[in-house]
Amino acid sequence: MVEVFGKKATRYGFGEALVELGQKNEKVFALGADTASSVMVHLFQEKFPERFINVGVAEQNLLGMAAGLAVGGWIPFAVTYGVFATGRPWEQIRTTICYSNLNVKIGGSHAGVMVGPDGATHQALEEIAIMRCLPRMTVLVPCDVIETHKATLAAAALFGPVYIRFGREPVPVITRDDTPFEIGKARVMREGKDVAILACGTMVYESLMAADLLEKKGISARVVNVHTVKPIDEDAIVSAAKDCGAIVTAEEHQIFGGFGSAVAEVLVKRFPVPVEMVAVQDTFGESGNPMDLMKAFHLKDVDIVAAAERVLRRKK
Amino acid sequence: MTTADLETIAKTIRKHIVEMIGKAGSGHPGGSLSAVELMTALYFNPHIHFDPKNPLDPDRDYFVLSKGHVCPVMYAVIAELGGIECGELCTLRQPGSRLQGHPAMDKGLPGIEVSSGSLGYGLSIGAGIAAGLKAAKKKNKVYVLMGDGEQQEGSIWEAVMAAAHLGLDNLCGIVDCNRLQIDGTVKEIMNIEPLKEKYAAFGWNVCDINGHDFNAVNGAYDQFKATRGKPTAILARTVKGKGVSFMENNVEWHGKAPSPEQVALALKELA
Repeated sequence: MVEVFGKKATRYGFGEALVELGQKNEKVFALGADTASSVMVHLFQEKFPERFINVGVAEQNLLGMAAGLAVGGWIPFAVTYGVFATGRPWEQIRTTICYSNLNVKIGGSHAGVMVGPDGATHQALEEIAIMRCLPRMTVLVPCDVIETHKATLAAAALFGPVYIRFGREPVPVITRDDTPFEIGKARVMREGKDVAILACGTMVYESLMAADLLEKKGISARVVNVHTVKPIDEDAIVSAAKDCGAIVTAEEHQIFGGFGSAVAEVLVKRFPVPVEMVAVQDTFGESGNPMDLMKAFHLKDVDIVAAAERVLRRKK
Repeated sequence: MTTADLETIAKTIRKHIVEMIGKAGSGHPGGSLSAVELMTALYFNPHIHFDPKNPLDPDRDYFVLSKGHVCPVMYAVIAELGGIECGELCTLRQPGSRLQGHPAMDKGLPGIEVSSGSLGYGLSIGAGIAAGLKAAKKKNKVYVLMGDGEQQEGSIWEAVMAAAHLGLDNLCGIVDCNRLQIDGTVKEIMNIEPLKEKYAAFGWNVCDINGHDFNAVNGAYDQFKATRGKPTAILARTVKGKGVSFMENNVEWHGKAPSPEQVALALKELA
């Protein structure tokens, strides 16, 4: 049985951590782009209005001003929906922020199909790919509200550009306050020997559920929470491949260029084993109830089970 | 500093620009030459508080070269200020050089606050620096040099709106209006005028000046420093390629290096 400690949206973990950071560090600044209250940055705004700017509906300026604040020695957090925080101002992130190695943190909320009724335009499904290809960028995809809180604190403590991905929908809480979190260090959530499921974000819970289902079928699955997609924990991936001989990756993101690709890059280089990827299959999202969409886009525990069975047939 | 002194420095900077681009075999002379008086007055009059020997001084004023392709003028200014040896100028665009083809912040060159080269980004960066200074209740000022073709970038206008909205009177946007861009005249390619009225309508203080007249340029910087409650735009009407007769007002010289013979000819004119 997967141990669950209630349900809460990961965006709260970000917003509450940002307030904590504001109290601890007077250099922390925040910027919103007309979505402040839905991405929880209004919590910071209420406490520290002198360290908050709402740029309006202007994402290029959001990242441009964040860059300027970093030049001046602040630790700016630029926050809006993941699609808009990374897509529109991608070149500002590349050329101004990463090339200059500026200490800018980007919060991307409303990740994945679980955004639901707003549909494809608002469902961030490509940002892991377009953020992780940038030199100097760190990419964090925490699995629940508690881990998002820790990831946000850790992002502030790390010098350089960081992208943190979180979501709008309440999701199961599967880590605890005392669960260790370190950027770049994947965490084995469940031991297993037949197949390893490597997951990030919301898919960690689905993977734990899948491991339960696989156990009933007599298959022992390891579940690894790879919350840091970049720099990725190569050793944890190689260990999983050596110990289990088959890998399933799971992400609420496009199949091309994202987390599964990152895992595959490590495996082809260091220890090739069969891989199956659970992800959005090169299509756009659509409107619907979040959980119905997870089913429709084959991102549920049963889809991970099916992928595990496929990969086991390929395992030598 | 007298106008005559500034003119002498301007001439030296023009020589550096022509020589370094000639040596590099590529680069952007036209827009570098048009901005010489704007940069000379800023750094040598001086208006900007900046010491290349102490480039991270928390009390410094900030400069962002939004039109990054004209970095030769910036590099020449840094050299003349003593921030680098003049000899380093001839490493422009060479492998391993701190003098990249567009300004690179990670190469440790004093005075380069941020990497630039993709147009339309500098004013937002400047607005961010300026807003941060306001939040910290600091008096430092921020200067951003843009091109006129660059005004075609939508991101500029997001920053123009924000700077006025936030009352960033510590921000000075300088537009080097040399009238030419790669494909032709700005007027023909995508007209940006009336620029004065546009900035004014967004809530900026605007100085529309002759960008090669030191009295006018100094006056505009003084007006910026005296203005309260709103950012200042200096629209500097200039000649692309200024000071080298065969480059002046010629669109060909946006991004082309002079041959050794042309360098010699240009240096003779600048003697």
